[in-house]
Amino acid sequence: MTTPLLDAPALRRTLGRMAREIAAANPGTGTPVLVGIQRGGVPVARRLAADLAGILGRPVACGSLDVTFYRDDLDQRAAPTVHPTEIPGDIQGRTVVLVDDVFFTGRTIRAAMDALHEFGRPSRVQLAVVIDRGHRQLPIRPDVVGQELFTTLCQSVLVRCAAGGEGTDDGVFLRESPPAASSKTPATAVSLSHAS
Amino acid sequence: MTWNRKHLLDLQSLRAEEIVHLLDTAREFKAVGERSIKKVPALRGKTVVNLFVEPSTRTRISFELAALRLSADVINFSAEASSLKKGETLKDTARNLEALNADIIILRHGASGAPHFLSRFLGAHVLNAGDGAHEHPTQGLLDVFTIREKKGRVEGLNVTILGDILYSRVARSNLWALTKLGAHVTLCGPPTLVPKAFESFAPNVRVTWNVEEALRGADVINLLRIQHERQRASMFPSTGEYAALFGLNPARMALVKPDALIMHPGPINRGVEIASAIADGPQSVILEQVTNGLAVRMAALYLVHGGRSLQVAG
Repeated sequence: MTTPLLDAPALRRTLGRMAREIAAANPGTGTPVLVGIQRGGVPVARRLAADLAGILGRPVACGSLDVTFYRDDLDQRAAPTVHPTEIPGDIQGRTVVLVDDVFFTGRTIRAAMDALHEFGRPSRVQLAVVIDRGHRQLPIRPDVVGQELFTTLCQSVLVRCAAGGEGTDDGVFLRESPPAASSKTPATAVSLSHAS
Repeated sequence: MTWNRKHLLDLQSLRAEEIVHLLDTAREFKAVGERSIKKVPALRGKTVVNLFVEPSTRTRISFELAALRLSADVINFSAEASSLKKGETLKDTARNLEALNADIIILRHGASGAPHFLSRFLGAHVLNAGDGAHEHPTQGLLDVFTIREKKGRVEGLNVTILGDILYSRVARSNLWALTKLGAHVTLCGPPTLVPKAFESFAPNVRVTWNVEEALRGADVINLLRIQHERQRASMFPSTGEYAALFGLNPARMALVKPDALIMHPGPINRGVEIASAIADGPQSVILEQVTNGLAVRMAALYLVHGGRSLQVAG
């Protein structure tokens, strides 16, 4: 069962607000570099970079980062498919905003910080996510959040976001996964107020 | 797709989509090699053994560097300075290496099927680095990777493999990979080294002993070295005659397409199978093959290590 949480216009407004928060968190001259985490974070980062460029009135560099090799569970799964990593220019001394679609345990972000540092030493690393669904397992939390969401472990959150601009089937959806497990745990999704 | 093979023993048994998945993975590893920090922690804490019963320098170095760049620990084992000289069997040697908790064993052996043999009783992952005249899967993969990268596709291309086909595991691995991906393959060389029977290996394979016919309209020429060490008797009168009849020289280059790729698995014999001017010329991708070999071997180690299925090699 899939429940829509945000439709395309609501996702667009959410991304716009996130871009304004990123701009507000980075006053001054330096333009942050946006880096989307493969795969879900990449289209989100492109959309945020476009919005941010509009706010700042200058181009915003945007790249992608595959964290597969840096995962702490690489040993426990079939070799995951590797997707392109493209870091735009030198990140040494810059502010990098890591972008992902859903923030869950924090392990992906830990891996992303390891992967990112192979490319240089950014002066600051920030984290922007569309959905913070809870269940952190590490002392990592996002700086910019589109929406916080209470979820159970039997649910999954899907962010559908076209990279080139608002798509007709864009949106955020909540899925009830394994039916056997979800019958034990009542699945309730309570949308919280915005983090801002 | 999900890779679920525990070993990489040959290309004959791989599906086209598995080959493509490995090539796609290798493309990302090639990008890793272009960074200032060329190492990723994918195989951190794992032990890789290069078990090279037959001598090799370039393949061993390539595998060694590939494993190091994945952060694995690497042990090099060569037959000349080993217990194999003292009469130990291959099986016992491999079991001893496994008792040291080797996770991946890369085997180069003069006997066809040796890696398949190891894979039947070892818990470790086995990678074939060349077995007799049977297969050299990572060489076949790096050749196809290079063609795909340069030409943007493999399907529909005319690929000519010229030289010692009979004794060549490189020719066989190329043949399987190329035909699975839809290329047309022409095999050419002296009749003693290019049996007509190769045409029955796969569809779209043609054998010719006429070098002009083999080169005309080719998109890719893959030149193979004459493997003196694997020939039981001289299969042709002299290297001078071979160069005259089958060597790729500037006159013969006029027959190939203007943008044809010139490939060679190395080591090259200048003036025998290839003229120096062509080996060093603008169409030669011989050194890029070496670079790509590293990426392909990293991909093979990475995928095989993640392969979880308990595949029993027959």
